[in-house]
Amino acid sequence: MIRRLVRFVDQRSGGAPFVRKALRYVFPDHWSFLLGEVALYCFILLVATGVYLTLFFEDSRSQTVYHGSYKPLQGETMSRAYESVLHLSLDVKAGLLMRQTHHWAANVFLAAILLHVLRVFFTGAFRKPRDLTYVIGLAMLFTAFLEGYLGYSMVDDLLSGMGLAIGYSVALSLPVIGANLGLLLWGGPFPGSPSFIPRIYIAHVLIFPLLIIALLTLHLVLVASRHHTQFRESPKTTEKQVVGIPAFPGQAPRSLGLMFAVFAVLFLLGGLVQINPIWLWGPYHVGEATNGAQPDWYLGWLIGALRLVPGFDLTVGGYTLVPNPFWGGALFPVVILFVLALWPWAERRVTGDDAFHNLLERPRDNAWRTSLGAAFLTWIFLVFMSGSADRVTVWLGLDYSAQIWAYRVLIWLVPLLVFFAVRRACRELLAWEQIRSD
Amino acid sequence: MSRVKALLIAAVVLLLGRGRPKRERRPEHRIVPPGPADRRAENLVLLLFGGVTACGVAFIVFYAIDKLGHETQWLGLALGLAFALLTLACIVIARRLVVTEELPEPYPEDHPDEVETIAELIDESGSRFTRKRLVTLAGAGALGTLGLAALTPAASLGPALDTSALKKTPWRRGRRLVDESGKPIPAADIEAEAFYTAYPEGADRELIGSPLVVVRIGPGNAGVVAYSKICTHAGCAIALYRKPTFPDTQPGPALVCPCHYSSFDPAKNGKVIFGPAGRPLPRLPLEIDGEGNLRAAGGFSGPVGPSWSGVRR
Repeated sequence: MIRRLVRFVDQRSGGAPFVRKALRYVFPDHWSFLLGEVALYCFILLVATGVYLTLFFEDSRSQTVYHGSYKPLQGETMSRAYESVLHLSLDVKAGLLMRQTHHWAANVFLAAILLHVLRVFFTGAFRKPRDLTYVIGLAMLFTAFLEGYLGYSMVDDLLSGMGLAIGYSVALSLPVIGANLGLLLWGGPFPGSPSFIPRIYIAHVLIFPLLIIALLTLHLVLVASRHHTQFRESPKTTEKQVVGIPAFPGQAPRSLGLMFAVFAVLFLLGGLVQINPIWLWGPYHVGEATNGAQPDWYLGWLIGALRLVPGFDLTVGGYTLVPNPFWGGALFPVVILFVLALWPWAERRVTGDDAFHNLLERPRDNAWRTSLGAAFLTWIFLVFMSGSADRVTVWLGLDYSAQIWAYRVLIWLVPLLVFFAVRRACRELLAWEQIRSD
Repeated sequence: MSRVKALLIAAVVLLLGRGRPKRERRPEHRIVPPGPADRRAENLVLLLFGGVTACGVAFIVFYAIDKLGHETQWLGLALGLAFALLTLACIVIARRLVVTEELPEPYPEDHPDEVETIAELIDESGSRFTRKRLVTLAGAGALGTLGLAALTPAASLGPALDTSALKKTPWRRGRRLVDESGKPIPAADIEAEAFYTAYPEGADRELIGSPLVVVRIGPGNAGVVAYSKICTHAGCAIALYRKPTFPDTQPGPALVCPCHYSSFDPAKNGKVIFGPAGRPLPRLPLEIDGEGNLRAAGGFSGPVGPSWSGVRR
């Protein structure tokens, strides 16, 4: 039976040699190699639940008066987009499960990509011949940031409207072209033309997913063609030879198990842990805002940066040249993207090391990279934390402006300390290993 | 009837026939190394698959019951549990029912010869051109222009070249302020230590230039002031009003945006006193009509909403 099926396919595709090779493709075994897979499985579930959501969503900002089943919003004026998501969440069977699972999957997706990038960075997996794979991965990370932002923005609840207002202000703040670009994207001054919601809708459900799928395909093809990196674990694992479990039969149940585990966690979260209860936020109107507004976690670094920058616009003789949101909302993420993307080339330049690297370094093996990376990460993390200073004020009563001033100093001081501490730790660990082996 | 009987016998033979151990074909040439059978692990997998089936049924049942309380939770639990049991089944299969091999494989290398061949191929193909650079340049120019032309229709997305729309607001001299329900606002009704939202009468409320905050900073008609409700930093609505509970030691009143906590002083023409905003909140001059209601006495003191590159302050 199996022979007949395989023969049928091979005679029509000639794919047998390729499949035979693919089945015996080896996977080196280490838990940290699975983070990228987790992201992939999140993406699969995002597409599956997302398709379901599109069957109910109305991409329209035309205003309507709510007469649905949710009593507290009776008689409120709201957009059809928001009304359709209310209906999906509160009246459609399994609708809320799908929406919450989708939202949780987005949060875990970003977390998994981020941890994956950190793993790749701190083990030196980005070195030649995998620098291009790494840059494509970064492009996916930043596309995913935008994709997530558009997803919760198109619902048109009060929080998403505020997020769009901030996005519009960042677009407007770009030097020279800001106003033109903002008007182009929004189709007019904020909140934009009636076609704005359809625009971000099609971007969220078609353009960005296609972009992610294209990048993902390229990423996986490059990974497979250069084979996976590995740690130096035995005399058999060398720069010339990879050792691992073949895709079939060893790795297949492991990877499938991981996929089902990701699905299990996401459906349990989607069913049992509430996320983004949009009926509590209410519809968006330009003249309204809610207090204690927080974006999804993966945009926390941007709201932190927007809040930390001292109050000034760059001006030239009574005209604004660079409005304030540019620093935190545009320059900050672009600097981070560039530092990460150019790192492999910068490192090659500084170390003069142009060789192929299939063996990974442990973080301690490269004290300079690890300590610089840790300091850079601390800088971003502190900016991220400053985005929740208002919550700390509510919970602990700490003065908000005092916290912001503290952060403005600490984001420069703490990374410096982290740099020296981590570099020392790396060297001590190596020295300790040396003593133990002697 | 005999057909049914024949089918039944065929099915039994098939089922039992499957159960018998097959003769190993060419055992000396196995690809996957052999391992012992593990019936307990097999039973466990069967049990787990049974559990997955039960969870699937439960999901359908939960979906079908119309008056089920906490529907989302039950559905999520059923589906989550189903996948959790599938995970366990995969783990048992991976660890106890398939052989875990450790195979070495050489890393792929680069192909200097092929690279050289490709480069030669491209070089030699162009040997009939005498002005290669010029042709390349012209070709790049032509395709570039065509690409630009293909992008031009994107300009229809919005009024990209005419930024004057950014400065428009519905506020004119004499326009009445109304509250959320559309009623005019008597100046005498504006109380100290309170915060009011106002809109232009008979105009679109969903414009950045429309909503106002109205507060009282002193006694009498002159003590009522109105500002644009849209923060000059990032376009959120000013939704917080900080008023000191003990004015002797605490900072004065402030209009605060909840997005990034830009704070503006209503008593000092909307001056920025904290936060990232780069310019003051635009003030709307007020007048009071014969009926004592608030009206605009002109336009805003500056551009409303977030700044843009090139705006006059």
